[in-house]
Amino acid sequence: MSSPQQSVSFQSEVAPRRKRRGISIELVPWIFLAPGVIVFAIYVVIPVFQSFWLSLFDWDGLKPTKTFVGLGNYNELFQDEQFWTSLKNNIYWLVVFLLGPVIGLAIAILLNQKVRGMRIVKSLFFFPFVLSGVVVGLVFSWFYEPSHGLLNTILGMFGLPSVSPLSDENLVTPSIIAAGLWPQIAYCMILYLTGLTAVDPEQIEAARIDGARGLKLLWHVIIPQLRPATFIAVVVTIVGALRSFDLVQVMTDGGPFGRSSILAYFMFQQSITNFRMGYGAAIAVVLFLIMSVFIAFFLRHMIRNERG
Amino acid sequence: MFPAPIQDASAPKRYAYYAAIIIALVCWLMPLLAVILTSLRSLEDFNVGNYWGMPKEWKFSNYADVFRQTPMLRYMLNTVIITLPAVFGAIALATLAGYALAKYRFRGNLLIFCMFVAGNFVPFQILMVPVRNMAVRMGLYDTYWALIFFHLAFQTGFCALFMRNFISTLPNALMESARVEGANEFQIFWNIILPLMRPALAALAVLIFTFIWNDYFWALVLVQSDAVKPVTTGLSALRGEWVASWQLISAGSLIAALPPVAMFFILQRQFISGLTLGAVK
Repeated sequence: MSSPQQSVSFQSEVAPRRKRRGISIELVPWIFLAPGVIVFAIYVVIPVFQSFWLSLFDWDGLKPTKTFVGLGNYNELFQDEQFWTSLKNNIYWLVVFLLGPVIGLAIAILLNQKVRGMRIVKSLFFFPFVLSGVVVGLVFSWFYEPSHGLLNTILGMFGLPSVSPLSDENLVTPSIIAAGLWPQIAYCMILYLTGLTAVDPEQIEAARIDGARGLKLLWHVIIPQLRPATFIAVVVTIVGALRSFDLVQVMTDGGPFGRSSILAYFMFQQSITNFRMGYGAAIAVVLFLIMSVFIAFFLRHMIRNERG
Repeated sequence: MFPAPIQDASAPKRYAYYAAIIIALVCWLMPLLAVILTSLRSLEDFNVGNYWGMPKEWKFSNYADVFRQTPMLRYMLNTVIITLPAVFGAIALATLAGYALAKYRFRGNLLIFCMFVAGNFVPFQILMVPVRNMAVRMGLYDTYWALIFFHLAFQTGFCALFMRNFISTLPNALMESARVEGANEFQIFWNIILPLMRPALAALAVLIFTFIWNDYFWALVLVQSDAVKPVTTGLSALRGEWVASWQLISAGSLIAALPPVAMFFILQRQFISGLTLGAVK
């Protein structure tokens, strides 16, 4: 962390006076920054490094002493079947979650009309996003409930066999992902609805005169112009997929037999339930490294934009 | 406009469109409609197997039962006690930081900005053990402060990103003329910049209110007793106690969801402008 004393080359477009009431102008931005930077460092930046360090120890979280085990936790992790199941599920989440931007765009196009009452329709499509993961988890647990849930009632009406999505090893992860997609699609939809308002109408008219319509128009004219919305939609979807925890915890506790576990949940379970803080930290490090790829990608994009 | 305005389409196409919207909306909200219906059903209905038919009577008293039979009110209150100071603190710190990042050039500016942005994306699990230990060591574990401090600090990252981008759009000429008139840097911030930021402050407040209100993970990690538990972990605990009383679980879920949902419907414009920041441009 840079300290307030660090020298600054001040070259604002507006040249303020050098000194005022004894406070050097170089210090001013640091005074504004200090509180935010300090709390953010304490609660976010430093803990990341602490977790890396902690992942080299065996520790139950209670004893005052930690046992150094080097890369032992990682060694064990890579032999742990539950780790591979969780990692596979994470990848599954990541891939299927990318349906979020696609379906979100489809709904946005469906709703991008100036019709009376459309505002409320848009809000109704959007508002699952403001529900907490716990509520979404409970809503879908009831929907999926094997003996009386609405899903099976509907399947029954069509003469289809009933399913128990949350206790079937093969159905459990897709069923939770479907619940997770519900608010995620809503988020992507709103990003695209905003993006669509900014699409240049003259270009659309020009393309229409050239005979482009429907999917062709969408693909060649609209989607390229929606790039900023797509970028954000994909970023928040990836982050959302890797961050998901609430639904797994609420709907299945990782079950049946750990089949719906993901790294975030596996980490929580090892640290809190099994008192293996060092092992948990090692899992968190792996999850963090996966996320870092996307964070780096996002930062690179952002810095490029900044430099215009 | 894309797609072509539906008003220009033929009448059958228009009606097909309206029908499609309604069907899509019903499918979209189906799981939620199921919960609403269940929350109003009586126990007798369940006993005779009437799960999805017309309820014999509409039991609004299920909602009262949630408050009567469980600490739901306490949980809601706890969430409010945790959420409000965290929202206020995060926005205050982020406004200061965002101003520095937007309007001053100094070495480290971009680096600090990147730190806020990157930090905002890290998985919570990488912070979990150290943050929990810190709370335990400071004697904050299982208190409101454990959650208030964490949310305040974490949301500062997101808010700083938002604030910096918003303040960047304010013209430099404003600050320049204030400097010519002899205002110092802090007066400029307080008297010139801050009043112009009201719309951004409102948008951000609504948005992070929802984020913090809905937090589940940190509530699970940092507190455990009913006296401080927020509504998310509270609800999840109640579910364990009620097991098959779906009418109560449904009513409880809807109660827990109501404040952010109400906030969203009332302050929709602010909410969406906060969320879609950067979706255009």
